[in-house]
Amino acid sequence: MKARNFGPILLCCLLVPGFAGVWKLQERIDVQLDGLHREADELVLRSGRLLKAMSLEYAPLMADLYWTQVVQYYGDKSVRHDANFELLWPLLDVTTTLDPNLVVAYRFGSMFLSEGPPAGAGRPDLAIQLIQRGIRENPDYWRLYEDLGFIYYFELHDYAKAAAAFLEGSKNPQAMPWMKVLAAKVSEQGDNTETSVFLWNEIYSSTTDPQMKENAAIHLQLLKSDTDCKQLDDLSSEYEKRTSKRPTSLRDLVTAGLLKGMPMDPAGYAYVFDNDGKAQLNPESPLAKKKRFYQKTLSNLANR
Amino acid sequence: MKRVGVVALNTFREAVRDRVLYNLVFFALLLMAAAVVVGQVSIGIEQIVIVNLGLSAISMIGLLMAVFIGVGLVSKEMDKRTLYALLAKPVRRWEFLLGKFGGLLLTLAINTAAMSAGLYAALFYVKHSLERADGLALVAIYFILLKLALVVALALLFSCYTTPLLAILFTAGLYVAGLFVKEMRGVHGDKMAPALQTFLRWLSYLLPNFENFDVMASAAHGRHIPAALILQNTVYAVLYGAIVLVAAVTIFSRRDLK
Amino acid sequence: MADAAIQIENLTKDYPFGFLHLKTKRSLEGLTMQVEDGEVFGFLGPNGAGKSTTIKLLVGLTFPTAGNARILGKPISDISMHQDIGYLPEQPYFYDYLTAAELLDYFARIHNLRGVERRERVDRMLKKVGLETARKIQLRKYSKGMLQRVGLAQAILHDPRVVILDEPMSGLDPLGRREVRDIILELKREGRTVLFSTHILSDAEMLCDRVGVIAGGKLRGVGAPDEIVGIQAHGMEILFELLGVAASTPRSAALLGTAMKTGNRYRMHVEESELYATLDQLRETGARILSVTQMKASLEEFFMGLISADRAQANAVDVSGK
Repeated sequence: MKARNFGPILLCCLLVPGFAGVWKLQERIDVQLDGLHREADELVLRSGRLLKAMSLEYAPLMADLYWTQVVQYYGDKSVRHDANFELLWPLLDVTTTLDPNLVVAYRFGSMFLSEGPPAGAGRPDLAIQLIQRGIRENPDYWRLYEDLGFIYYFELHDYAKAAAAFLEGSKNPQAMPWMKVLAAKVSEQGDNTETSVFLWNEIYSSTTDPQMKENAAIHLQLLKSDTDCKQLDDLSSEYEKRTSKRPTSLRDLVTAGLLKGMPMDPAGYAYVFDNDGKAQLNPESPLAKKKRFYQKTLSNLANR
Repeated sequence: MKRVGVVALNTFREAVRDRVLYNLVFFALLLMAAAVVVGQVSIGIEQIVIVNLGLSAISMIGLLMAVFIGVGLVSKEMDKRTLYALLAKPVRRWEFLLGKFGGLLLTLAINTAAMSAGLYAALFYVKHSLERADGLALVAIYFILLKLALVVALALLFSCYTTPLLAILFTAGLYVAGLFVKEMRGVHGDKMAPALQTFLRWLSYLLPNFENFDVMASAAHGRHIPAALILQNTVYAVLYGAIVLVAAVTIFSRRDLK
Repeated sequence: MADAAIQIENLTKDYPFGFLHLKTKRSLEGLTMQVEDGEVFGFLGPNGAGKSTTIKLLVGLTFPTAGNARILGKPISDISMHQDIGYLPEQPYFYDYLTAAELLDYFARIHNLRGVERRERVDRMLKKVGLETARKIQLRKYSKGMLQRVGLAQAILHDPRVVILDEPMSGLDPLGRREVRDIILELKREGRTVLFSTHILSDAEMLCDRVGVIAGGKLRGVGAPDEIVGIQAHGMEILFELLGVAASTPRSAALLGTAMKTGNRYRMHVEESELYATLDQLRETGARILSVTQMKASLEEFFMGLISADRAQANAVDVSGK
């Protein structure tokens, strides 16, 4: 009888310290595992078609699992500021092969495949390939045309193709009227801040994916700071006309009566003037750091 | 204590006579085919493919054995009533349980060892030499064994009080859940209630983290596996396994045999 | 008291059942009895009476809800007591991938028998139950009778003082039952205490020093088979033969009035006091006396009475309960 009662007592004594130990141990193990996986990622099966065959009737479910892998992969890399996105395309390729109607995958892919490092993979060609598959499989989803135009506009600066994409998308009866407007504007004016702001705004408001939203927000903030700086430059020219020297700080403009308050960038940092008297972001501002990242992108693209 | 060994050896004998070990034939064929094919197809990645394939097969076959034999360890004896005569003898219930556990573990260990030998044979055939880095596969195999031990413990626990079918579902379910704990932990939801987030976090630590034992990628690419991890995983498996086994003993010791 | 091999006191067992195990069914209630050292005790009762439950409680397969029991002075919760008892389960089934010799060897190891002694003991047991020639055959190929014999072998393998058998004769053909009976008698000769359950009454009458009758989870009576039914003689039965001619005389007709007739044979019941007078009369009619037997209430009648009383009570409860 004693032996029978021994069990539950032992179990109770063991349960709390046991699981506490397990928890602590797990934290240590996680550290070790992170170290291991940092060195390279692994995607053993890259063939979307093979996976689809193996998934039998569960392909859409597998697509969902792979989609969560995509999100996690990207999020992981972002958090660690790791610029190596080499698995992003294979993951997206597999996901969209398993479920060609998983629209969010196409949209996510088009943004983060085309965007340069460290925000994305910097492969607009693959992004286009992905979007074209998406359009083929989901001809009614006009936003994919928007995304296609987006890639041509922002990353490849091919305004003719961008306008063509917008135009094609505008033919869909469900498309927003601005698609047609945009087609015209882009083919006329090419790169234009107003257009850029508009496009990023569209993405921001139409997507529910948090990472896409965040990325769009950052771009919008950068565009705003660009606009602000341009306005400040105009004011500086005015100041120069009056005092025949460039302003050294915003306070100069205020004392000259050209500014009412101290304008701040969307991150809350006041703008400063560089040595040439040109307005720019405060180097302390987080926006400035992000801008440096995106600057790299442009120079990379230029070098290709 | 000796009785544990007696029960264990008998459990092993049962597995052998049930011709469970014939799976090794299947494994050998698989690996031989792969070795031959890979040798023709490409140079440079033979090691990766063989190790990946071998480790995957060892893990998968081991898991199948652990789950399907594991859930029957107790329930089969109760259904067939072979247990009745045995428990009337001077053997304690915990001795019986540990013996069953040990017997299946022994079977798995021998099975795994045989498959490992096959793996290295295939590796040698393809590369015509073996280097130190190939020893990393042994660490991966050891981790697989730890994982299997934990799965057997869980299967044994469920075997003590539910039907084999439910036991299989629970064990397999826990295993799959244990592979995705990282997702559970990394969930950052702006849309998710903090209570749910905390709950998921707790769950992710309390569930058996089978991900810990997956070092296939490192082994295949010859990347060093830190000794600290080896120690931690061992302690993890022992600690978690002990909790599960004590629970199983507790349940089984109070079970009426109708 | 101290001599009793098996001592049971107020043993009670409730089984939970139903969804969520909230209801209980009482399958044994307040059992108090003893089995003396060296006796053969029969545990009688209809199916579901609680015989198997009691036995499983004794050997530790289930646990009592209330009450306790001792075997050879040790409580049933003491696992070391199992070294002194042998148990044959109802409809035994053993690991079918083992041979008889391997099974006995396995159990012998559990009993901590070592080396040479173990081998000898296994050989001796196989010989004792007549399975020596089949020792290398896997148990999956054994007939029911053979399995029963293996079961007996494993029950006495370790030379236990007390042997507990659950329905040892069930499902056996007459030859098999005879063999089991012989083994039980041999166990008794060896001085062991034997407790076995059965619902075959003739076996109990033949083998047991005492019987205990259990029905509906309760003990109904304990004692020698005779005592149980009371030594009530119900008179004498005369079996005789009378040819047609003699039977038709008016004298014989009066005599034969109460007899049962089958062809030329008659069966007649008379009080013991009337026996010799009737026999004389029958001889005068020219009847040929075949046999004279004393009629006792059989265990079977006692049994039937018990069960029908139970049923009546159960029905009464049902009716009143509704």
